[in-house]
Parts: sequence; structure tokens; C-alpha cells
Amino acid sequence: MSIHTTTDIKSHVKVYVMVFAALAVLTLVTVGATYLNLSKGEAIFLALSIATVKGSLVTSYFMHLISERAMIRWLLMVTVFFFFVLMFLLTSSLFDQVNVL
Amino acid sequence: MEIPYTIEERPDTGLINSKIGIWLFLASEVMLFGGLFSAYVFLRLGAPDGAFHEWGQVLNVPLATLNTLLLISSSVTMVMSWASLKMNNFKQHKIYMALTLLCATGFLVIKYFEYSAKFHHGLFPATNTFLAIYFTLTGLHVLHIIGGMIVIGYFLGPGSRMWATEPEHFINRIETVGLYWHFVDLVWIFLFPVLYLL
Amino acid sequence: MEPCKVTHNSETHHNEPFIRKYIFSVDHKIIGLQYGITSLLFLFFGFCLILIMRWQLAYPEEPVPIVGSLLGGGGILLPEIYNSLGAMHGTIMIFLGVVPLAVGAFGNYFIPLQIGAPDMAFPKLNMASYWSYFIGGVIMVGSFFTPDGPARSGWTSYPPLADIEVGQTIWLIGMVFLITSSLLGSINVITTIIQLRAPGLTWMRLPFFIWSQFVTAFLLLLAFPPLEAAAVLQLMDRLVGTSFFLPSGLIISGEQLAVSGGGSPLLWQHLFWFLAHPEVYVLILPAMGIVGEVIANNTRKPLWGYKSMVYGVVFLGFMSFIVWAHHMFITGMGTAMSSFFQTTTMIISIPSIIILSAMFISLWGGSIRFNTPMLFALAFLPMFGIGGLTGLPLGLAAADIHLHDTYYVIGHFHYVVAPGTIFALFAGIYYWFPKMTGRKMSELLGKLHFWPSLIFMNGIFMPMFIQGLAGVSRRLWDGGLEYAHASGVLQWNEFMSVSAWLLGLAQIPFIINVIYSIKNGEKVGRNPWESTTLEWVAPSPPLPHVNFEKIPQVYHSPYEYSVPDREKDFTPQNEPIKE
Ligand code: HEM
Ligand SMILES: [Cu+2]
Repeated sequence: MSIHTTTDIKSHVKVYVMVFAALAVLTLVTVGATYLNLSKGEAIFLALSIATVKGSLVTSYFMHLISERAMIRWLLMVTVFFFFVLMFLLTSSLFDQVNVL
Repeated sequence: MEIPYTIEERPDTGLINSKIGIWLFLASEVMLFGGLFSAYVFLRLGAPDGAFHEWGQVLNVPLATLNTLLLISSSVTMVMSWASLKMNNFKQHKIYMALTLLCATGFLVIKYFEYSAKFHHGLFPATNTFLAIYFTLTGLHVLHIIGGMIVIGYFLGPGSRMWATEPEHFINRIETVGLYWHFVDLVWIFLFPVLYLL
Repeated sequence: MEPCKVTHNSETHHNEPFIRKYIFSVDHKIIGLQYGITSLLFLFFGFCLILIMRWQLAYPEEPVPIVGSLLGGGGILLPEIYNSLGAMHGTIMIFLGVVPLAVGAFGNYFIPLQIGAPDMAFPKLNMASYWSYFIGGVIMVGSFFTPDGPARSGWTSYPPLADIEVGQTIWLIGMVFLITSSLLGSINVITTIIQLRAPGLTWMRLPFFIWSQFVTAFLLLLAFPPLEAAAVLQLMDRLVGTSFFLPSGLIISGEQLAVSGGGSPLLWQHLFWFLAHPEVYVLILPAMGIVGEVIANNTRKPLWGYKSMVYGVVFLGFMSFIVWAHHMFITGMGTAMSSFFQTTTMIISIPSIIILSAMFISLWGGSIRFNTPMLFALAFLPMFGIGGLTGLPLGLAAADIHLHDTYYVIGHFHYVVAPGTIFALFAGIYYWFPKMTGRKMSELLGKLHFWPSLIFMNGIFMPMFIQGLAGVSRRLWDGGLEYAHASGVLQWNEFMSVSAWLLGLAQIPFIINVIYSIKNGEKVGRNPWESTTLEWVAPSPPLPHVNFEKIPQVYHSPYEYSVPDREKDFTPQNEPIKE
């Protein structure tokens, strides 16, 4: 844990409130988007993009990843990489089957 | 003897033990939900075209939106409770912790109404694969919420005595709890669109 | 960095009540011993199960001697019991035997000692990890006493069978505890290695054993959760009636199963092997680590190519996450996917070969001491070599289509885990016994243990290749009796079974040796093998809770043996190099 001064923290608090507002707005946006007549692909893309932005806000600011040590960030990059490996290889196996289910 | 680097950082890594520990735990959680999300995609692609979307229509989007807002709020109160400690304001810390618990309780209550409405209409995990994965994912998420609430409750109650004796250590613990709690929030941020909106 | 000072008086701990000191201890050494004893008992138990099964394979449908009365069926091993014992043999050997011994016992005991730490980073988690393992073990053993008996669907638990067969629920619950235990353990191991290295102990000065444990812990941490997810899904299928792994229109005993369907058995296979392939590296990496230590010590030479071994083991860990579907070539996988997994499988064999070659080359020109630990370590090399090389054809779809699920596969992976890993673990026990007890084990009994074990291991597993190449399937209750194509190789069944029972007898010198040496072995000092790594700096046994009188300072790389122009042929890591 790095040494913060009280003023430091006060500026953090402002950021937290702003992040909170952004998260709330994005939630409403993503719900609102379902009322637009988007194609399936577009809807999935939009919803996941918004979720990713929200997720990055939470991890960067609430979880302080933005100022976290390199070691932690490396750990997470490896983990996220394997997350996608799992998902990607699993789903691609569905598209490459000799006898489709 | 004391284990080194429980309170002060190890100079070459710049980290304390519990920070690494909780992040490693969260990494394993990422893979746990990774397995489940992969299962979701796998089943969805295997189901007849549009079936998942159709089965998903039974879910209550307004309630889930409200729940999303509740969890986001609980996340911000959690981080504020930590910041209050940093500013040496113990009383404010306690208030924020209590607010976090309150939001979490609200989340559970709403989830309870959602679940019971489903059961009432004869919609069970066994009904189709969408509801199966819906109940499994949200159920596991609820277990995570309950686990977090127990820990937060502990630090709000008996655990808070540590503030008087070892304030630095106590702040670290609250930060650790916070990291876990934000992760639970993070999972929901992805669960919400995936299950309710798509 | 300033060396951490020991301010604590270890004497106070002698007043700890028995239960805190030996049962619910938070001392990594006690927990390591708890893990060690429990896992050795489980290994023995899992071994006994296979000894019973081998009777049925050698003498089909003849009553089993000694334990026959426990089996029901007039002493004959019935097919469903055979299946149960087989599933439990696999489960117990892997999850309750080898992994807890390699990681829980050796890792726990020797990681803090080798890196010069007073304990693991999270002592209480460490205790929780042991007890979670213990509960998981009790549940697994307890399943033998339930009316339905233990799981019957193999250690792989493939659905649809595992979704509907009896005994599986309790297996899944047991697994959840074992997975939890592994997760807690791996968090602890990684944090300890990152944070608690003694001053001066930089990454490239770590003993190879530490590197192997470090990578192993990452495999456990990241590969187990998807299996946990899969276990939850299978539990849902069994308890709540979901159809995650059940396809639509499944017909069982002439009737359609009354479930919604829409699931896929292949989903289980993917999630299962996402864990289970890394799991085989969990079984082998700590073994390689132990062998590396023993070889360096007994050749009195540095490990040849230490750096390439380290990079090799890291690369191996990384690659082990992207080869899993080589277990699924015959599930209707298309050519693109199977090309991908064949390629990654061939690539992953490279670091294994690098590590193995480096250890072989390390022997070159050394004045080798042939003591018991070294014999086991030396035997590991060719045995693991056989296991590894026979794996290559299984990684190529064209060959695997013929070999899949035959005794060839059983032979292949047992060469890796039995004369491979188990031998390495024996090497570790003989090598570190003096550190744990302050006494050496008997060399004579050790050799009486080693030579018969080596012979009988090969007697069991070599003929499996012959049978497997002839097409005999695994998991056959009658050992292939009813198949014409098996008739030419069936005579081997008796030979293998007799070898297995003799292997059992060959363990008697070991058991005697352990019990005898605890009290009566030759007394030794701190460093009986004249070794260089830090665990030998501590007293034998190390001090309760603190290990070292003073945390050592490290000055150089781990294996400075026979460096020219030095007084002794070994320079411990905590001794500065005098010019
Ligand atoms: C050294 C003594 C051992 C002997 C004699 C032995 C023998 C066997 C035999 C004959 C089978 C095939 C049973 C069948 O297919 O019907 C088998 C299966 C198996 N063994 Fe071993 N084994 C030994 C040690 C081990 C060890 C140390 C491990 C793991 C670390 C292990 C893991 C397994 C597994 C996973 C299976 C597959 C179980 C299944 O079909 O689900 N074995 N063993
Ligand atoms: Cu594999």
C-alpha cells in the first residue's frame, strides 16, 4: 500500500464519485440500447463493449489497478489470457466438428 | 516469529503478502467464472437459433437494472469506507461499511423476489438450458455476495477492534475486503447484459 | 534489504498444548508432515484397490483371496465394483495421493526452508488447506460405505454416464473440498515464493525445486477453477435436473430420459481436460524438481543448463493450458482443431525434453554417489523418458485413433506417474528424511526397496504397451477375455498381476525403514549430504515456527559444487565466496 496524504485521498474521493456516476449512466445506456432496433451482432457488440468499459472503470479505480505494481498486472494479464483461451478454443471447437450436433 | 511483510511492503516487490494473496484468489475466481461463461457461450451456440434470447424474455430487466445500481453503489461505498480510514475518520468508515451491507441486503431481497417469481411461474433450472445456466451463474454470484457480507459484517463488528491496536493492518484488511467486493460487482457487470439483455 | 531479525523466543512454543502443536498446527513443517502421512496412507490405499482389481484381471471370476468376503458377490469382483475400484484408484492416486504428497508435503515442508523463510506466508490458510483436503479425503473414503458405493464413472467422470450413474454426487462433493484445498495451497505457495525469499535470494538463484513448485502452483490456481465450475454444473444435473451435459433425446435402457436436453457431453470433456492436462504437469513438475536437487547433490556438480531448465519449466507451464483437447481427438473434432492441438502437443514436448536432457547431461563427468535417493532419481530419468516418448503417438490424431482408451494409454501415463513421479517422491523422502528427523534412513533397506521396485514396476507396465498395441481396451472387467483380438496377448495379464503383488511386497523394506529410522537411524548433523541449498543451514529438524536461528543471507547461485580452487567441494548459498 503506497503512502497517501490526506489531500491525495480527497482527490481520490472525487474520482470515485465520478466513476460512480459514469457507471450509473452506462447502466442506463446499456438498458436503453435494448429498445433500439439493433441487429443481434450489433446488440452483442454494444452490450459487451459497455460492460467492458464499466469493468475497466471498476478495476482501474475502485481496485486501483491503474496505480498497481507491475507484478499484479502481469498476473492478471496471464489470467485474462487463459480466460480467453478457454472461451475461444471451446467455442471454436463447436464450429469445427465432423458430425455437427 | 512474525511473518515478514504482513504490514510493511517488501522493498523489491513493493507489495504486502495479503495484496498478492487476494489477487491470486481473484485470478482463480476469474477462471471459475471463465469456465461458467464459456459454458454459457457453448450452450448458447449449441441451442437452436434465437432460443436463448427467447428463453431470456422471462427475466425482469427493470428489477435487474435496479440491482445493478445497488451493487455499483455498494462498490462505491466500499471504496469510500477504505478512503475514510485513510483520512483517519473511523466513524465515517463505519457508516460506509453499513451502507455497503445495506445495498447488498437490498440486492438479495430483490434477487429473492426475482427467484420466487420464476418458481411461481413454473420456471426452474430444469426447464431449459438458458434457465439452467441463469440460475447457476446468479446463484453462485449470490453465494459470493453472502460470503462478502459475512466478512464485511465481521469487520464492521468484532473485527473493527483491530483499528485501535493495529490501524495499518486494519486498513490493509479493509482494502483486501474491498478488492473482493469490487470483484463481485465486476462479475455482475458482465452477468447483467449477458443474461438479461442479450 | 536488511535481514529480518528473529526476535521471538522459540522456546515458548514448547508449551503449546498438544492439539495446537500437532493437530491444528499452523507450523508449515507440522502441516507438511500431516500432508505427508495422510497422502502416503492414501497412496497405499489406492494401490491396494488396484491389487484387488489385478486379481480379477489375472484370474477372471475366481473368488478374490483375503478380501473377497468384503466384496460381496461370493468373493468374485463384480463388474460394478470393478468400475468403482477403478474410478477410486484413479481419483485417490491423483487427488489424494500424489498431488498432496508432492505439493502439500514436500512443497509445504521445503519451500520455506529452501528460500530461507520462517514459515509460509499465510499459516492459517495453510492449516485450512490441509483440513479441507482431509475432509475431501474422508468424503471419498466414506463413499465406500454408502449403500450405492463410490463413483463408477472413472476418474474422468464423463457424462452422460456420470450424470446418471450412482455414487457420483458424493464424488463431486469430495472434489469440491479437494479443489478448495489446492486453491488455498497454491495461493500460499506463490505468495511465499514471491515475498519471503531470504535477502540475496534472487529469482535466478532459486533452487530448481522452488521453480518447479512455483509453476505447479500456478497450474493449480488457474486450471482447477474451470473443473470446479464443471463440477458445479454436474451437481446441478444430478440434483436439480438440469441438462448441461445431457443432449436432447437421450435414450437409457430403451426409454427416453425425462429431461429438457439441449446440453453437451463435450462441454464436460473440455472443462475437465482444461484442468486435467495441466494436472499431469502438477504430477510431474515437483518430481522433476526433487530429482534436480538430488542429482546436483550427488553428482557434486551444478545442474547443467540451470537457466534453460528454468525457462523450460515456465514455458511448459504456459503451454500446458493449450493442449488439452489432445484427449478428445475421437470426439468428432474437425481437422483444424485437431491440427492446432497436435501442434501445441508437439511443441510442449520440447521443454520436457530440454529438462530431461539437461538432467542427463548433468551426470556427465560427475563423480556420482550411488546412495538410495540418487538411485531413485537416476531411475526416474529413463522411466519418465519412456513415459514421455510413448506419449508422442497419443498426441498425433492418426495414431491416437488406434491407441485411444487402450492399455497403451494406461502404460504410457503410469510410466510417467508410477516409476516416474513415485520414484522421484521416494528419492525426496530418502534425501530429506535426515532434515525432518535428524536421522538417516538405512542404505541397505533402501537398496532392498529400490531394486525390486524398479524390476516390478517395469514388469507391470511394459506389457501394457503390448496389450494396448494389440487393441485391448482399458476399464475392461475381464481384461479382454471376450474379445478375439485380445486373445494373443492375454497371457500377460497374470504376469502383470504377479508383478503388481510383488511390487507391494517390495514396499515392506521401505515401511520398515521409515519406522525403524525415526528412532534408530544413524544420527546426523545439519548437512549430512554436504549440500548447498538453504534447508541444510537450519538445524535437523528445523526449529518450530522459525526454522532458522537467524534468517540466512544468500550470496550466490544454488549449486556451487566442485568449483575449482575452493577449499570444499560445495559452497552453501549462505557462505560468501572467498577469493
Ligand atoms: C504403482 C502402482 C500402480 C498400479 C499397479 C496401477 C495400475 C493401474 C491399472 C491396471 C489401471 C487400469 C484399470 C482399468 O483400466 O481397468 C490403472 C488406472 C489408473 N491409474 Fe494406476 N496404477 C498404479 C499407480 C498409479 C498412480 C501413482 C497414479 C496417479 C498418480 C495412477 C493413476 C491411475 C489413473 C488416473 C487410472 C485411470 C482410472 C480410470 O480408468 O478412470 N495409478 N492403474
Ligand atoms: Cu494431456
